[in-house]
Amino acid sequence: MSVIAFAKNWNGKFKNSTYELVSYTKKIADQLNTKLIVVSIGEVNNEDLKSLGKYGAERLISVNDPQMNILTSRVYSQVISEIAEKEGANIIVLSDNNSGKAIAPRISVKMKAGMVAAVQELPVSLDPFIVKKRVFSGKAFAHVQIDSPVKVLTIAKNCFGVLENQVDCLIEEFEPEVSKDLYKIQVLEEEEQKNKVILSDADIVVSAGRGMRSPDNWGVVEELAEVLGAGTACSRPVSDEGWRGHEEHVGQTGKVIAPNLYFAAGISGAIQHVAGISRSKCIVAINIDPEAPIFGVADYGIIGDVMEVLPKLTEAIRNSKS
Amino acid sequence: MKILVCISNVPDTTTKVKFKENNTLFDDSGVQWIINPWDELALTRALELKEDAGNSIDEVSVIHVGGAQTDATLRKALAIGADKAIRIDACAADAYYVAGQIAAYLKENPFDIVFSGIESSDYNGSSVGAMIAEFMDYPGISSVTNVDLSNSEVVLYRAIPGGKQKIKVEIPFVAVVQKGITNEPRIPAMRGIMMARKKPLEVKPAVEMDVLTKSVKFELPEAKGACKMIDAENVEQLVDLLKNEAKVL
Ligand SMILES: Cc1cc2nc3c(=O)[nH]c(=O)nc-3n(C[C@H](O)[C@H](O)[C@H](O)COP(=O)(O)OP(=O)(O)OC[C@H]3O[C@@H](n4cnc5c(N)ncnc54)[C@H](O)[C@@H]3O)c2cc1C
Repeated sequence: MSVIAFAKNWNGKFKNSTYELVSYTKKIADQLNTKLIVVSIGEVNNEDLKSLGKYGAERLISVNDPQMNILTSRVYSQVISEIAEKEGANIIVLSDNNSGKAIAPRISVKMKAGMVAAVQELPVSLDPFIVKKRVFSGKAFAHVQIDSPVKVLTIAKNCFGVLENQVDCLIEEFEPEVSKDLYKIQVLEEEEQKNKVILSDADIVVSAGRGMRSPDNWGVVEELAEVLGAGTACSRPVSDEGWRGHEEHVGQTGKVIAPNLYFAAGISGAIQHVAGISRSKCIVAINIDPEAPIFGVADYGIIGDVMEVLPKLTEAIRNSKS
Repeated sequence: MKILVCISNVPDTTTKVKFKENNTLFDDSGVQWIINPWDELALTRALELKEDAGNSIDEVSVIHVGGAQTDATLRKALAIGADKAIRIDACAADAYYVAGQIAAYLKENPFDIVFSGIESSDYNGSSVGAMIAEFMDYPGISSVTNVDLSNSEVVLYRAIPGGKQKIKVEIPFVAVVQKGITNEPRIPAMRGIMMARKKPLEVKPAVEMDVLTKSVKFELPEAKGACKMIDAENVEQLVDLLKNEAKVL
């Protein structure tokens, strides 16, 4: 018996969500009185690999193959399943992000392992194995029982937090046999926005809606985001109109995010918008209409014009920092 | 080339979610059903690709696993423009079961491109598309934001954190699509609705397939406390509360 966490890297680096994943999986391993094995695929230097020991990674299997730097879900799922089989793993945990969404279902089919996506907290029960997940786009939670011997979970961001648990991290290299046939996709180009806070990683998000009235008014949103080191987001009509890029659209049909702090400026708070932000720890609403439904889900509210309130807020935060 | 679009039948996004039988079952009384929003975008994109004659796509079909009560949703997909609908007559028990049913159909009736939405807005499982890819041993590309067939090769764009990748892939493959794939979902027009009545809606029996997970209980989120209002002239107070009360700054 063992428990596996798949630690995804981005250009050789881990993120906070990786540390949370390791912390979470370590906790399950402890509850089950078994060992945690962390798996890393692609090139990562030893120092970065060792850093996972801080969160309880006592054994780390590294597939340090440059060919695998780019996510190919067929290759990754095969490697993880092979290790899981070799190690007799009965629980495999991944982060609920683009790569987890691509890999976990394939592992589920390969190992005939029941899978639950976007788990919200530690298992509700270990025997039978029951986890809690978000359903109906955040309007409810379901307790889902997995009946197969092997289980696959992806965990939602901020479902557990990062927990320090320093151990010595023993690194083993592993060279799986992967058929060339599995590399059927080829990345032709890659575009990355530099120096921009990535929305899905951001601890603070400044989001704005149609209440901004024109794409030319976004300067006040960006300035607030800048003093906070925050990511920027928007409501659906704003991205549909092309005022902002699709990657900023949050809500039922856009991204689901769970930052510590979410600012909703000039956003009415339609149920489909709230579906994407309801797991934020703290929501601040700025809206000219005291009846706007966003105040029903916000923790703090200001009634006022975004064009006046946002610059004042930026100023106040700047002052509080100096 | 033929495109198959997977369709999930979900409660309208404004549905007030309720449960029955001691919170063990979703209460579907009075619920309006719709095509899962991402599946609708996927279908729209598939039809756009077909209409561009250069792409030589001769069929766009939709497939769904569900009981007879879901036929209205499939008729809507036909009215939007799908050529054919296939319903596997079974209860969509879990993602593994649904993907297995669709894969079994695909093995008998091959398609070149399979589209699925990034998740269904009811159980938010985000796994059917990638599971089909694995059952079929096809490449599967997730987080797809655009599909381009114009240069006699298949080019997909996929979102990565903070950017995107342009990817070349060979058919057959599964693309799991999200926002961006097209702008607006198509709405059925009168002519489409009339034509849909004459289009084939095939009902197929389910194959033997295991169910690996089950929802045993549901709960509603805790009610949120009242919103604390701050005067617009006093934003310093908000900064103070965020720092010292909410402790998020
Ligand atoms: C199937 C489906 C899926 C959907 N998915 C999503 C989704 O994923 N995400 C999403 O966001 N929406 C989604 N929607 C749309 C959603 O229903 C709302 O239409 C949308 O969220 C409204 O965006 P908004 O709040 O920016 O605009 P509006 O509803 O127009 O609200 C603008 C707000 O700004 C305020 N305002 C105006 N001027 C000012 C000012 N000067 N200062 C301060 N406040 C001002 C107004 O009081 C108002 O509350 C979906 C809808 C459907 C049917």
